[in-house]
Amino acid sequence: MTATQKPIADKPSPDILMRQDPAGVAALSIESVSHSYGARRALIDVSFDVAPASFTALLGLNGAGKSTLFSLITRLFGIQAGRIGIFGHDISGAPGEALRLLGVVFQPRTLDLDLSVTQNLLYHAALHGIGRREARLRSGEVLARIALSDRAGSKVRDLSGGQMRRLEIARALLHRPRLLLLDEATVGLDVKARSDILNHVRQLVAEQGIGVLWATHLFDEITASDDLVVLHQGKVLARGQVSRVIADTGAQDINTAFMRLTGAVGKAGSEAS
Amino acid sequence: MSSTTVTPSRRGFSFGEYITCLNGIVWREALRFLHQRERFVSALVRPLVWLFIFAAGFRQVLGISIIPPYETYILYEVYIAPGLMAMIQLFNGMQSSLSMVYDREMGNMRTLLVSPLPRGYLLFCKLLAGTAVSLLQVYAFLVIAWLWDITPPPIGYLTALPALVLSGLMLGSLGMLISSGIKQLENFAGVMNFVIFPMFFASSALYPLWRVQEGSPMLYYVCQFNPFTHAVELIRFALYGQINWISFFVVVGCTAVFMIGAILAYDPSRGLARRGPAGGET
Repeated sequence: MTATQKPIADKPSPDILMRQDPAGVAALSIESVSHSYGARRALIDVSFDVAPASFTALLGLNGAGKSTLFSLITRLFGIQAGRIGIFGHDISGAPGEALRLLGVVFQPRTLDLDLSVTQNLLYHAALHGIGRREARLRSGEVLARIALSDRAGSKVRDLSGGQMRRLEIARALLHRPRLLLLDEATVGLDVKARSDILNHVRQLVAEQGIGVLWATHLFDEITASDDLVVLHQGKVLARGQVSRVIADTGAQDINTAFMRLTGAVGKAGSEAS
Repeated sequence: MSSTTVTPSRRGFSFGEYITCLNGIVWREALRFLHQRERFVSALVRPLVWLFIFAAGFRQVLGISIIPPYETYILYEVYIAPGLMAMIQLFNGMQSSLSMVYDREMGNMRTLLVSPLPRGYLLFCKLLAGTAVSLLQVYAFLVIAWLWDITPPPIGYLTALPALVLSGLMLGSLGMLISSGIKQLENFAGVMNFVIFPMFFASSALYPLWRVQEGSPMLYYVCQFNPFTHAVELIRFALYGQINWISFFVVVGCTAVFMIGAILAYDPSRGLARRGPAGGET
């Protein structure tokens, strides 16, 4: 299948629909979103949903359009065409309501290196209007959860890469969002740190019912039971449960399925880990 | 795929949430400033060099006649003190916008911009935070200047405060407006040279405008149109418990224009959106 072919799944798969919340609202709804930088088209008619309490992997090579999509969802960029909703709240029409329900971990580090771990959390809490006392309480809780309580007073620049990522995830959860976006959150980390972070995020889905959109180009971060969106050259080539996408492409594994979908044998091979 | 129902999310924000957000942004800016001691020192050294060296040298050359708000002959040091206070704010405004360019390149700016509070309010808080930092510097300068026999009436320290807040906001929003158009940190040095020095020298900070008019009528008009001149005069009059209404209205008007421009420039459908994501991301 080439990038110009029709996506495998035009409509949300039944398993995604079943996991929508009682009101039938998707955690994240992307509808016919397109975006261009001048003449260069970064996203072309992208549509998919992320169900509440689900782990959805957004798989694509570097340059597929993942970060552009994240910038649109987080309202860093204005939407040129299409609609994005978070639990039914339009990100353009009701940004405050939508962003309240959203936690984000961006690809580049966004922590203030000269402030302490706690100070970074308190700053984030203030940006969400959470008072100092409540913020301190929540900071203590999230730091305990990510095993960083003993580093609460340390400057962020003294943390390891894995600890910084865990802190960013904790920070994204401080205002208790119901949807979490992570853009290539494990890039540059060692195997153990990657595994720890992935496990932590999957635990959030299972225990707290948070919907997760996990952008990655690494096949080994995806399991058969995850939901999958394959993004290639700005287009969605496939979406649905991983096992279904694999079956629909007639492949044995996600690696081969991705190669068949994108025709990017050489490129994809270098991304596989 | 579209949903006709929505999951409840509290609408709007309470007054307390707005204040919490403002406190958080000011607190973070103050912390960053205090952590960067060299920034504090250099912010003070710059005007003090002008005061101790430049003013001492020019004292005999530049005579100052009695002009409002002064009621008697004054030393040149006394004349340039308000200009140096405004200079601190000018540099601080540009430094704050420099840090915004840095934050944008490093990704920190995203933390601010994805807050659910209205973006215009967030940027206003950022401006207020920058102004608060500039006030710390200005009052530290005034303490040292007092030791140098620059002693405005005691009430002047209080009456200068609103003028300093207003001029700080104007210069901060100008810096923010400029920073919104800068793509890379490296481009900022050029902008500093094209903005700070012309604004400072083509103003009444170092010499009264009647002196400028004698030397060059054209430059006099340039100075009159320079918003920085009015920031200096607003501070000068306020430091002596008076108000210069023309300067007040010019500074208020320019603050409004620069601030609206800065907020529009950081609007997602304008500013950042045209440039695309940071290097390496798509």
